[in-house]
Amino acid sequence: MSKGKAHVYGNNVDTDVIIPARYLGASKADELAAHCMEDIDKEFKKRVEQGDVIIAGLNFGCGSSREHAPMAIKASGISCVVASSYSRIFFRNAFNIGLPIFVCAEAGESAETGDEISVDLESGIIINETRNETYRAQAIPPFMMDMIKKGGLMAKIAGEKEDKR
Amino acid sequence: MTMGMTMTQKILARHAGMEHIEAGEFIEASLDGVLGNDITTPVAINILEERNIEKIEAADKTILVMDHFIPNKDIKSAMNCQMVRNFAASRKIDKYYDVGDMGIEHCLLPEKGLVVSGDAIIGADSHTCTYGALGAFSTGVGSTDMAAAMATGKAWFRVPEAIRFELKGELPKYVSGKDVILSIIGDIGVDGALYQSMEFGGEGMKSLSMADRFTIANMAIEAGAKNGIFEVDEATMAYQNGRGNKTPETYKADKDAVYARTIEIDLGKVEPVVAFPHLPSNIKRFGEFDEIVLDQVVIGSCTNGRLDDLRKAANIMKGKKAAKGTRTIIIPGTQQIYLDALREGIIEIFIEARAIVSTPTCGPCLGGYMGVLAKGERALSTTNRNFVGRMGHPESEVYLSNPEVAAASAITGRISHPEEVMK
Repeated sequence: MSKGKAHVYGNNVDTDVIIPARYLGASKADELAAHCMEDIDKEFKKRVEQGDVIIAGLNFGCGSSREHAPMAIKASGISCVVASSYSRIFFRNAFNIGLPIFVCAEAGESAETGDEISVDLESGIIINETRNETYRAQAIPPFMMDMIKKGGLMAKIAGEKEDKR
Repeated sequence: MTMGMTMTQKILARHAGMEHIEAGEFIEASLDGVLGNDITTPVAINILEERNIEKIEAADKTILVMDHFIPNKDIKSAMNCQMVRNFAASRKIDKYYDVGDMGIEHCLLPEKGLVVSGDAIIGADSHTCTYGALGAFSTGVGSTDMAAAMATGKAWFRVPEAIRFELKGELPKYVSGKDVILSIIGDIGVDGALYQSMEFGGEGMKSLSMADRFTIANMAIEAGAKNGIFEVDEATMAYQNGRGNKTPETYKADKDAVYARTIEIDLGKVEPVVAFPHLPSNIKRFGEFDEIVLDQVVIGSCTNGRLDDLRKAANIMKGKKAAKGTRTIIIPGTQQIYLDALREGIIEIFIEARAIVSTPTCGPCLGGYMGVLAKGERALSTTNRNFVGRMGHPESEVYLSNPEVAAASAITGRISHPEEVMK
């Protein structure tokens, strides 16, 4: 169970505003987190705390393939993202690096930045405690769930490599 | 009875060693290529090192192109390239392209024959979908997928369903592939093909040059698509002839292939369009907008940095001068394109028109370096994205167009139809 404040955004939050290209010289998560969401929300960095949740609309993470985007979000302390839909590459990258993301349009309909949100990362039950509303996110496909349980894509591969030795 | 497969499904089935696959299924496919650049590869290298993975199974399939921030713009980008260079040397990755040999990755790979029809390729760059123009399956991924693919030669995929684009007619004057794809994105939206394959075919395909097809496939990602793919025809085979040593394989969709929907496009009715800030779907036709004065024009990128694109722009700019106050930047996609343009006299036309001509780089497209916009500035660009802050200051604006519109606009200093300067 994760618990924190909501940071609410609209549709088509792209990877350029999540982590602008001028900071892509960095390849480590902490350096990237220092500039997370900078071009869409200058207050994000000051406001964000461990366990917080990003809630957004359609096509979250569209644009570049830069894994720097989910890395920056995760390293900022965000426990999970809840959006109406995701760009394909961001969706894939988030699972691959172990940033939990949920598809749930309803959660974004009433939420406002600052609302207290708790998310059961196992079941996908999302509770907006400020508004006393409960939502259930779309189930994660079994293939993806299996990958998460194995510790992400690289853990799976590193495991396979060990078996061959 | 099993359902027919699309082109993408057939290529993926072959690479997964399966007779038949269906949309929604998860598969593991062997890859013909794994691409990374100077921004995404360092992250992949970190991931391999954290896991102590030494062995690179796919060393002969890995292609590393330093193109975003080179020649290095600062110490960080120099360190990134050094890291990739050392990695390539230590893991015996021959296909490493650096200053002097490089080009913008998605122009370079087809040019050198590193990707051919029927291939399955992933790249840690979203515009990897470009190679669909050759009838290959190619898609953008992140650095973890790249690291895993270098280590194993494989990647997992959820098999996409497809939208079929049935092309007919011929493109009018001053209209190009860029207008076709911008119009499509304007119609279906930036998530209009989310998780899907965009499959292009039909008799109208004949009128599209390979440059047009590369541009269209390149921007499939801007509609949210997993990949864009074109049927293979004589033009595809002619383009591939004599490049590299890979043998193209042709896949055709089954006659009873199942599509999510089919969209007919009469190429004869496509007009030059401009994508307004801040989404590629925000398109307007000429006559639908007021005067937009420009501080900068950029012609180049993986979307429109090919010889055909430069030729078209030069045709508009020949004997004219770019407007004072409008900085005009031309970027040939590869060393070869630069050389060909030089020999054709195209570079001379640009320089005489007060444009500057750069070595290949992705720099200005993503506000990386060279041509970064200040607060409040406006640019018209042949690149692929006009998101907030894409080319510099978060309060700058990027407009997208085809190379002829960009060239005409450089001359007038405001967004202009080519007819205005070609009277």
